[in-house]
Amino acid sequence: MYVAVKGGERAIENAHRLLAHERRGDRDVPEVTLAQISEQLSLGVDRVMTEGSLYDRELAALAIKQARGDMIEAIFLIRAFRATLPRFGATEPVDTGQMQVRRRISSTFKDIPGGQILGPTFDYTHRLLDPQLADGFLPEPPATSDTSPVAMPRVTDILGRDGLIEASPRADAVLPVGDLTREPLSFPADRDLRLQNLARADEGFLLALGYSSQRGYGRSHPFAGEIRLGEVEVEFMAEDAGFAVPLGSITLTECQMVNQFKGSATEAPCFTRGYGLAFGQSERKTMSMALVDRSLRARELGEEIIAPAQDEEFVMSHSDNVQATGFVEHLKLPHYVDFQSELGLLRKLRNEFSEAADASSPMQEAAE
Amino acid sequence: MNAPAYNFAYLDEQTKRMIRRAILKAIAIPGYQVPFASREMPMPYGWGTGGVQVTAAILGPNDVLKVIDQGSDDTTNAISIRKFFAKTAGVATTTATADATVIQTRHRIPEAPLHGGQVLVYQVPIPEPLRFLEPRETETRRMHALGEYGLIHVKLYEDIARFGHIATSYAYPVKVNARYVMDPSPTPKFDNPKMDNCPALQLFGAGREKRIYAIPPHTSVLSLDFEDHPFTRYRFDAPCALCGAEDSYLDEIVTDDRGGRMFVCSDTDYCETRQSSGHRGSENAAPHKERAHG
Amino acid sequence: MAENQDAAADDQPLLIADRLSKAYGRLTACRDVSFALYPGEVLAIVGESGSGKTTLLQLLSAQLVPNAGCVSYRMRDGVTRDLAALGEAERRFLFRTDWGYVHQDPAQGLRMAVSAGANVGERLMAVGWNHYGRIRDTASSWLERVEIDVGRIDDAPRTYSGGMRQRLQIARNLVTEPRLVFMDEPTGGLDVSVQARLLDLMRNLVSELGLAAIVVTHDLAVARLLSHRVMVMKGGRVIETGLTDQVLDDPREPYTQLLVSSILPA
Repeated sequence: MYVAVKGGERAIENAHRLLAHERRGDRDVPEVTLAQISEQLSLGVDRVMTEGSLYDRELAALAIKQARGDMIEAIFLIRAFRATLPRFGATEPVDTGQMQVRRRISSTFKDIPGGQILGPTFDYTHRLLDPQLADGFLPEPPATSDTSPVAMPRVTDILGRDGLIEASPRADAVLPVGDLTREPLSFPADRDLRLQNLARADEGFLLALGYSSQRGYGRSHPFAGEIRLGEVEVEFMAEDAGFAVPLGSITLTECQMVNQFKGSATEAPCFTRGYGLAFGQSERKTMSMALVDRSLRARELGEEIIAPAQDEEFVMSHSDNVQATGFVEHLKLPHYVDFQSELGLLRKLRNEFSEAADASSPMQEAAE
Repeated sequence: MNAPAYNFAYLDEQTKRMIRRAILKAIAIPGYQVPFASREMPMPYGWGTGGVQVTAAILGPNDVLKVIDQGSDDTTNAISIRKFFAKTAGVATTTATADATVIQTRHRIPEAPLHGGQVLVYQVPIPEPLRFLEPRETETRRMHALGEYGLIHVKLYEDIARFGHIATSYAYPVKVNARYVMDPSPTPKFDNPKMDNCPALQLFGAGREKRIYAIPPHTSVLSLDFEDHPFTRYRFDAPCALCGAEDSYLDEIVTDDRGGRMFVCSDTDYCETRQSSGHRGSENAAPHKERAHG
Repeated sequence: MAENQDAAADDQPLLIADRLSKAYGRLTACRDVSFALYPGEVLAIVGESGSGKTTLLQLLSAQLVPNAGCVSYRMRDGVTRDLAALGEAERRFLFRTDWGYVHQDPAQGLRMAVSAGANVGERLMAVGWNHYGRIRDTASSWLERVEIDVGRIDDAPRTYSGGMRQRLQIARNLVTEPRLVFMDEPTGGLDVSVQARLLDLMRNLVSELGLAAIVVTHDLAVARLLSHRVMVMKGGRVIETGLTDQVLDDPREPYTQLLVSSILPA
């Protein structure tokens, strides 16, 4: 006799217990600490903070540990936590021109005021697996030199002084900056919302879109005007005190793309901008973001919208990996009822088909 | 580390108020999809985050909650959501349709008639009934605003031209209050007539797509069709093998690998209630015969 | 429908263009165009590519907003209204009932993946027809009228030839019995023999139904066969206008003379 399945609750509990066991792995191997993740897998932590939209290294490290290294799962954990946090307000805009720069490169000028600074980068490393790293390797301390702090103006500001690049599009100071986690998104979306969406967007998705624009699907002729990495001060305007209170400093990567623009009947030709910003060191993310930001400005700049990277509804509706993974993975949920309806329909259609075939077969015989 | 403390029913009161405003607007404009600022929930998008947010926003301490998935209280996702609210809101839960004040559902409407004062909360994956005919939100919103629904009839026309009848078996589109075409969520079309003039309030939440819509009590809900090809319910023609019900939607259970199968109520509460009042089916009552082909 | 209109209504213009101008940046695509179109009248707008004729057609059909001037249309209730003052709902309703628009590329005017029957039936369903059998019968009779084998009613237009697609597009537009049809190079891209058949069909339909039409074409043979009146455009301006035979047989402007002599060798 068939009995309807019971005990789902026990099954879930046991599954989660097993998950915890697998997460820990071989108990003879020392447990990984949050400090180890934060210090030694720091680019992973940076990505989780960026796409999770929450600057907290310790929580991001915890999320990575809890997610067993699954980055999208870790981002999801951070997002769900972030959604419950109370809002006190928004900080003052950070000034990346005043960044304590650790890395700063431009591909548009050989030398720039303040100089090119390579900093910590995978660039120019040979991608050979290094057996030294397998166990107990202690690197040399970094090289240092005595320098006095020099001003490092942004390359786009230098271009801007000659009017060769468009003025950075300014939002209306009266309007509050949009927040798509607080207000439902509607199209067409302004650049503040587009940039917020891109900042939270999946790195791989942006990488593929940016790449597609380079390969001719909506070309924007980009140059990496500047990429800079370093620390900036975050300040909060305390209404009571009447002045901005420093909250601390955060690490940011900023990329400003400089793109060709032909000009129009009413505007002289000049370079245009694409912008990328991320927490921590996230160069691939910020470069891809800047490419896609520029592509999405097609409507504003009167360009023909022909490629996926230029289509804001397509890009913004599919860029969020927490949304995407949820919907793709929901196919694991039971669909018995829908499937049953489809099964019923399919049987009916097949019956009708074979009845029609039966009805016509005598005629075929007669014809033969 | 900041150990989080959660509010009653998980969501903060500010968020609940925002969702309630969206719900009120949805009730005021039956069948219209109201955008809302869906939050990231601690379960994945596509797993009921829309329904969970609606439930969280309307739940009070005295409510009695029932959660079903595929008609059953015992499927894993239904258990997971019921436990979530038992933990975060401490409300009483039940499996009995008649006893619940709030019923969250995925893919089914209970067989037992709903009564006034009850709220049925649907989990919705894709709220836009025109989505697979027109992928652009900007365009579909315009079509709703102008009441341009020719395209959805094109789909029904094509079904009849090809198959001789309308070949949509679930998520069958309806017109609410003679104005908005609405997706009833992926419920089987068998359930469509239950939405019409229903005494309970029906709320639909789509978390990933950030939409809430509603059917107020006693509102007309019409399944789209043609005069000469009227809407028909589909139900596999057999009594339930467990309780003998002839009027319930059935799950097909594969019993062995030799083509053996049986049909039982998908609504487990309905089936158990009938069994406990003495109704019995027979496993051999309606052996399903596949038509022999070829 | 033509037979429902009393004679007095036919004396009034159906559509009036009043000093229409449209510029793109420094480029003026259309400058100071005025004319009146009467019920049942076919007007051809001719000129080379870049002369502004397609821009004008889009202005007239309210798909583009002019920089100056206005277009008015006499609605079915007899009231003449400024198109710019119509709400979007009214404009779209007009577009799928009282107007037709035949694109040069049928793929733009048809749903290529949907059966021919549904392509023709869509406009009927959009205005509330709710009887499958009647929709299908009406679609069948329209396929016959445009000389498409009714046996192909359930096939999608992507299985059709270019000429069939164009005829299907015409049927899709005419099924709601519009009073005005806009046509943008309706025979462009078709073989000469296919063009001739299509033109013949269009001429018959236009006169049977008493349709008014505005046809944009660079092909003076099309203008000659279909239209009562011709407007010649150059550089965004109308440089000559008159009865078709008059303009084509006895052009006054040197540019029109050039057009006629180069394209219409006798």
